[in-house]
Amino acid sequence: MPALPDGEPVPDDGTLPAWVAPAAADAAGERPFGVYVHVPFCSVRCGYCDFNTYTAAELGGGASQSQYASTALDEVALAARVLDGAGLGSRPVSTVFFGGGTPTMLPAEDLARVVRGIERTWGLADGAEVTTEANPDSVTPESLRVLADAGFTRVSFGMQSAVPHVLATLERTHDPRRIPDVVAWARDAGLGVSLDLIYGTPGESPADWRASVESALATGVDHVSAYALVVEPGTKMHAQVRRGQLTLPDEDDQAAKYELADDLLTAAGLGWYEVSNWARGPEHACRHNLAYWRGDDWWGIGPGAHSYVSAGRGAAGEHAGVRWWNVKHPRRYAALLAEGRSPGAGRELLTAEEAHLERVMLGVRLREGLDLAVLDDAGRRAVAGLVARELLDGVAALRGRAVLTRRGRLLADAVVRELTA
Amino acid sequence: MPIPGPALTARIEPNATAPELIRNFCIIAHIDHGKSTLADRMLQLTGVVQSRDMRAQYLDRMDIERERGITVKSQAVRMPWATADSDGVETPHALNMIDTPGHVDFTYEVSRSLAACEGAVLLVDAAQGIEAQTLANLYLAMENDLEIIPVLNKIDLPAAQPEKYAEELANLVGGDPADVLKVSGKTGEGVEALLDRIVERVPAPVGDADAQPRAMIFDSVYDTYRGVVTYVRVVDGDLSPRERIQMMSTRATHELLEIGVISPEPYKTKGLGVGEVGYLITGVKDVRQSKVGDTVTNAAKPADEPLGGYDDPKPMVFSGLYPIDGSDYPTLRDALDKLKLNDAALNYEPETSVALGFGFRVGFLGLLHLEIVRERLEREFDLDLISTAPNVVYDVTLEDGTEVKVTNPSEFPGGKIREVREPVVKATVLTPSEFVGAVMGLCTDRRGQMEGMDYLSEDRVELRYTLPLAEIVFDFFDNLKSRTRGYASLDYDATGDQAADLVKVDILLQGEQVDAFSAIVHKDAAYEYGVRMTAKLKEIIPRQQFEVPIQAAVGARVIARETVRAIRKDVLAKCYGGDISRKRKLLEKQKEGKKRMKNIGSVEVPKEAFISALSSDAGGAKESKDKKK
Repeated sequence: MPALPDGEPVPDDGTLPAWVAPAAADAAGERPFGVYVHVPFCSVRCGYCDFNTYTAAELGGGASQSQYASTALDEVALAARVLDGAGLGSRPVSTVFFGGGTPTMLPAEDLARVVRGIERTWGLADGAEVTTEANPDSVTPESLRVLADAGFTRVSFGMQSAVPHVLATLERTHDPRRIPDVVAWARDAGLGVSLDLIYGTPGESPADWRASVESALATGVDHVSAYALVVEPGTKMHAQVRRGQLTLPDEDDQAAKYELADDLLTAAGLGWYEVSNWARGPEHACRHNLAYWRGDDWWGIGPGAHSYVSAGRGAAGEHAGVRWWNVKHPRRYAALLAEGRSPGAGRELLTAEEAHLERVMLGVRLREGLDLAVLDDAGRRAVAGLVARELLDGVAALRGRAVLTRRGRLLADAVVRELTA
Repeated sequence: MPIPGPALTARIEPNATAPELIRNFCIIAHIDHGKSTLADRMLQLTGVVQSRDMRAQYLDRMDIERERGITVKSQAVRMPWATADSDGVETPHALNMIDTPGHVDFTYEVSRSLAACEGAVLLVDAAQGIEAQTLANLYLAMENDLEIIPVLNKIDLPAAQPEKYAEELANLVGGDPADVLKVSGKTGEGVEALLDRIVERVPAPVGDADAQPRAMIFDSVYDTYRGVVTYVRVVDGDLSPRERIQMMSTRATHELLEIGVISPEPYKTKGLGVGEVGYLITGVKDVRQSKVGDTVTNAAKPADEPLGGYDDPKPMVFSGLYPIDGSDYPTLRDALDKLKLNDAALNYEPETSVALGFGFRVGFLGLLHLEIVRERLEREFDLDLISTAPNVVYDVTLEDGTEVKVTNPSEFPGGKIREVREPVVKATVLTPSEFVGAVMGLCTDRRGQMEGMDYLSEDRVELRYTLPLAEIVFDFFDNLKSRTRGYASLDYDATGDQAADLVKVDILLQGEQVDAFSAIVHKDAAYEYGVRMTAKLKEIIPRQQFEVPIQAAVGARVIARETVRAIRKDVLAKCYGGDISRKRKLLEKQKEGKKRMKNIGSVEVPKEAFISALSSDAGGAKESKDKKK
């Protein structure tokens, strides 16, 4: 799993820097607030996964799954104190997202308890989005109904592929034939459904990938995320590649698969709204993820979770926001909270320059694009060349937005480097 | 034996020693055959260094020499030694040991050191036998009519084969294998006998004490505190402190601030007389004002004729030296300026490369010289350097008769060329006989002309070839070593030049020439070079947003081509909340990397890519020729 970033220590009580402006200084609807809940449990660890997650065997004693909801609620209480202290406690929660790990490893009732705790603490905004990730083999019609009753509005299934040999390489244990069923159960329960797909797995042919996308579409879902497989150092798959047991497809293969997915999804009525995300209309987009990409505030609950609070418009000084991250291990995480201390392992105080880079980096990935007024002079001068090379959309540029063309989506990092040169 | 008493010592005071009591000798040896250890033992036995002051290889001053086991700068040490005749009458002697540079690149310096001596100890490792370079220096010594004392060293080694190699030495220098002395510099065994043999065999110097003074400079070293220290051998007359001296090649005059001998630390004397060896200090700051081979005389009453043999050092091999970090350029310039004070053979001028930025084109005596200079720059001045593949000097004559000297391939003229001449060398390879075929194959591949072949002993062969120098500076030595499992040794000496069918191969990125990769090669090798370089660059040039052709061309004719395909994907697929810091840092790093990019036309290439291409390409040449086996 990736190491935590370097940063300065988080104060014991989790207090935010004094320069963070209170919500009272904000315009209406500015700095929306979301909550992420990390559930660090899986039944097995997949070979490619570098997320902060543990199997029961890896975890041993001291941080049991049955205790987890209570521990997470302890952090919710800490968050409430910290945000109150900064004058930011009054904002209702716009989005909640349970990720992992496998959140559905926990009983649906535990997830429901955490949602209720969040609602009790800050209140949920009207039409709030509450999502959980789920493994297709860890849900039932009943558990999905419990989630819907508890206020969940959306579920995102880790389908990854429809092809058994690809799933096997990924060490995914679910039966792909279950996908249409779990999607139907979720929809019957009144939940919005997204399917996650991975392309570029060793051994995956273009036909395999087409089959996966088509299977996903055949379920009638309104949202698909498609991610290129990235083999991170430290994963089992990384070792397999290094030993020559697996051969990674090259980037051309990944590019071709991206284009194929975009063609198929677009034809089926799902338009891209972020580089790797497609939805049947804006109402089906994942608003929680949009909040990340738009630079909104969020609190990440759970081991290894990151949080971000912007300085706000009323802030004075050189800083644009603060991001911190919790200790990674569930036992240490639980122990700190039990002592009434912040589980924060470190934080970074973002300079205006860093915040600018993030804003461009994240904003340009969106279909809505980036306001060109955000760019500095050098960035604006780069726009014409990017349009000429068909990386940015010309019409959008004339209207004041930097919007990636499809070619530009595949070269988005290069575009960001030029816009922030 | 060490000098037994002060009465005898008085007879060999500097400036008051009769020439017949002087013995000037040097030690000819391959780099790792133990010359410095033997010299150390002599210093100890003669009492000029007490055991407790002894540090290994006392005479090798620079760290780099100590570590590499080679001696770049020769020095001269005066040692007292007494012998007794059959009647028991003891006679004191002043032995001047002149430490010669051991390497082929410094042939000229070696020849001047030899010219300062009347005898030479031929020192050979009893486990390895003679090496090509030692053979070359032996020829030089014999040409200078030096008395040769053959000695086998390291007889304490289990692998020593003294009988076998005694025979080899006796064959080479004439004489009986039984006369070959056997010593161990390490244990000291046989070293006293060697000192006695030197007194017995090496002729005393002969000169005219009443003539105008003439002293030959055989070395010249820059010292931070003293300025240039010049080592001389007085041939005629004498030199004294405070007199005004003249360098005969330039007519420049200097005041002789200090004169003395080394034993083994310098000490001032009242002068130096006929046959003596010592040092001079005039306060000059640049070794170029005190050139090896020049004759020192008295400015007021100069000698009519200089001593023979003076020659200006000529750089044979050129290479571009560039700092890896461009901001180190001023440091590199200052460092070269400093090294130049101590290295009369070092030549350089500023040069700019599209690929590598600002640097210098530096001329060297040979590959080892290049390697030593580079290593000193990196070590003493803390620089990280990249050197372009070494090349030789070409004389190009155009159709209209204009002549152009080319020291950098990118200066090779276009247009109609009447003739290109390249330097050639006489190369001597010593090899175990089983590898003769392999060596002959290599020399033939490198356009060599066989001149002769001799068996030194039953299983050791000397092969003589005429080879283009350009073929030797490019990974020849590595190839030789690998084809002979490390057993062959090489020596070469410049002999002149020859016309050859040479062309310049340019490497083009998207039509733009990359200067650092241009090479002058034989017409028959152009295609191979082009294919190799384009393939290599294809591997290291990152994919761009457009297709980049890499071509090798001779003039306008493309002889090889590779293509770097356009990049299609440069985006991290997933970007969730917990990943933002990491992704931002990645982008910051990429942007930082972009600053280190060099633009060749519109193609962005990391400087590291050029460096890696040059390092691997020059890899063979970079290796010094005579590293220890």
